[in-house]
Amino acid sequence: MSFSVTEPAKSTKWIAGILVVGYAIITLIPLLWIIATGFKSPTDSIAYPPVVVFEPTLEGYVNLFTDRTRATEQMLEEAGPPETWYEEIVRARGTVISGPSRYGERFLNSVIIGFGSTALCMILGTMAAYAFSRFKVPLKDDLLFFILSTRMMPPIAVAIPIFLMFRNLGLNDTHLGMILLYTAVNLSLSVWLLKGFIDEIPIEYEEAALIDGYTRFQAFYKVVLPQAATGIASTAIFCLIFAWNEYAFAVLLTSGTAQTAPPFIPTIIGTSGKDWPAVAAGATIFLVPVMVFTILLRKHLLRGITFGAVRK
Amino acid sequence: MAEVVLSGVSKSFGAETALQNVSMTIPDGSFVVLLGPTGAGKTTTLRMVSGLDKPSSGSISIGGRDTAGLTPAQRDVAMVFQQYSLYPHLTVRQNLEFPLKSPILRTPQAEIDRKVGEVAEVLQISHKLDNKATALSGGEMQRVSIGRALVRDPSVYLMDEPLSSLDAKLRSDLRIELKSIQADSGATLLYVTHDQIEAMTMATHVGVLDKGKLVQFGSPRDIYENPVSVYAASRLGQPRINVLPADIFGGAPDLATHIGLRPEQIVQGEGEESIVQRVEHLGDQTRLHLTFKAHDLITVTDAHTTLKEGDIVRIRPHKPFYFDATGARLA
Repeated sequence: MSFSVTEPAKSTKWIAGILVVGYAIITLIPLLWIIATGFKSPTDSIAYPPVVVFEPTLEGYVNLFTDRTRATEQMLEEAGPPETWYEEIVRARGTVISGPSRYGERFLNSVIIGFGSTALCMILGTMAAYAFSRFKVPLKDDLLFFILSTRMMPPIAVAIPIFLMFRNLGLNDTHLGMILLYTAVNLSLSVWLLKGFIDEIPIEYEEAALIDGYTRFQAFYKVVLPQAATGIASTAIFCLIFAWNEYAFAVLLTSGTAQTAPPFIPTIIGTSGKDWPAVAAGATIFLVPVMVFTILLRKHLLRGITFGAVRK
Repeated sequence: MAEVVLSGVSKSFGAETALQNVSMTIPDGSFVVLLGPTGAGKTTTLRMVSGLDKPSSGSISIGGRDTAGLTPAQRDVAMVFQQYSLYPHLTVRQNLEFPLKSPILRTPQAEIDRKVGEVAEVLQISHKLDNKATALSGGEMQRVSIGRALVRDPSVYLMDEPLSSLDAKLRSDLRIELKSIQADSGATLLYVTHDQIEAMTMATHVGVLDKGKLVQFGSPRDIYENPVSVYAASRLGQPRINVLPADIFGGAPDLATHIGLRPEQIVQGEGEESIVQRVEHLGDQTRLHLTFKAHDLITVTDAHTTLKEGDIVRIRPHKPFYFDATGARLA
């Protein structure tokens, strides 16, 4: 394949620019809508036609992080004037804060399970990919196909056996269980992606390291891993995005201690009226870790999306 | 420093035989050059001494110790690869330090700094020490790659065409440098090349390889003056040895099918007539391309010769080599 090296015409550049910006706006609208809704009042959030310009409030965020009970006039008087800005917001609705909500815990669960399974997946994935790439593994092709075949159906198709297995093993609603499950699902992806990246690293570097007095394993982490950083970063993003967003298994297998944020967010919707701003606030905060992680590694991601098709 | 002994070493990759029953003793402190064209088994030999590949049969010992089952690290060898394989994520300095920092050597930092400085000086890369390894020219990379071997003091140095990607000036500088490093340190060095000048100038011993077989092993001079076959004879000498039908001058021994004539084995001015086809003035010498009884041959003549195309030169052989139909030397 060859590419033209001539500069595109100015008009072409403008058209391309407009198309890209236009596409970006279209894809960003849902995101902007979620972020905006998080700062709306409940009334504004369900207004029709939708309000674009509104008075921002942190009510959604306060509701997200608190549990509240309806209070009588008498109770409010006894409690005295609100001491904090968030109590003031809550009082305005005739309620008082009865305690923190579970969102913080659920979010933390998501972090533990998402990053935990991503880390495990990368550790196992790089080592397996290295072995497949470098060693004579018996039945290598069959094994690789078998690994890939675990992705040939939607994972939820095996929900019932997994549910029963988890129940028997006592993994239901545990962090370990969810980490293992997401690792199992992602491992095929990470082995295949990483094998492609490691295949690209010339074997001479390791041979040089072996001669320079290092063991195979030392050569692996001192020479191969740094060069596979690009592949590892982009694979980690793919794994994290899956584990972070996974909903179906989370609903099925977690309900309390290990529940992640995705099944929790819809439950915020509340008992008294639909609290869309709180849901939107929960979703907005939920977006942040993956966004930060992706931005930190975006240089690698761009390179990774080409799946190593382009040699430097 | 150590003696390296290969005994009956064979190596095959699937159905392909890369090396066939090679036995050779690389004496302690010698500079052995393996010479041969691509595919002769030079690199394969090197890789088996290094431990990167295992012989299919036969054994290799380094310093009297059998190497079977030893990892490359345990063999204490340093190797320069043909594709200079510098670690791309490290700087030049880190590349040079890498072997010294290995768990086997664990050199103190002061010692590392001293050795790296020394080697960088010799290889003229001191000013590039803090560059990324990938930000070097091909020649610089190759020098760093040589340096990565030279910082160590291994039982044997292995070098796979280390000078092939350098320009002519640097190549001749480094030839001398490598030779003097080896001579001064008394290191044992096994060196692979297809460049006969490197073989002639640096080697204490030359091993000539042909299709996986060691056809001759000896001093460069010995191989030049006393080749065992047409093949070995044509590996050394510039211009190349001329190989003509044996009876072209008459007086060939029985069974001889070819006569081999190096330039100094052709006496000019007497004998039979040949026609000058081309005269190449190289400065210090002049090459004569002659046609003799419909065969082309090349010889050397006086630098200031007045001969020109179409002239007639009389030639006769002087102590030529005779070879039989298989290419083996007869006399």
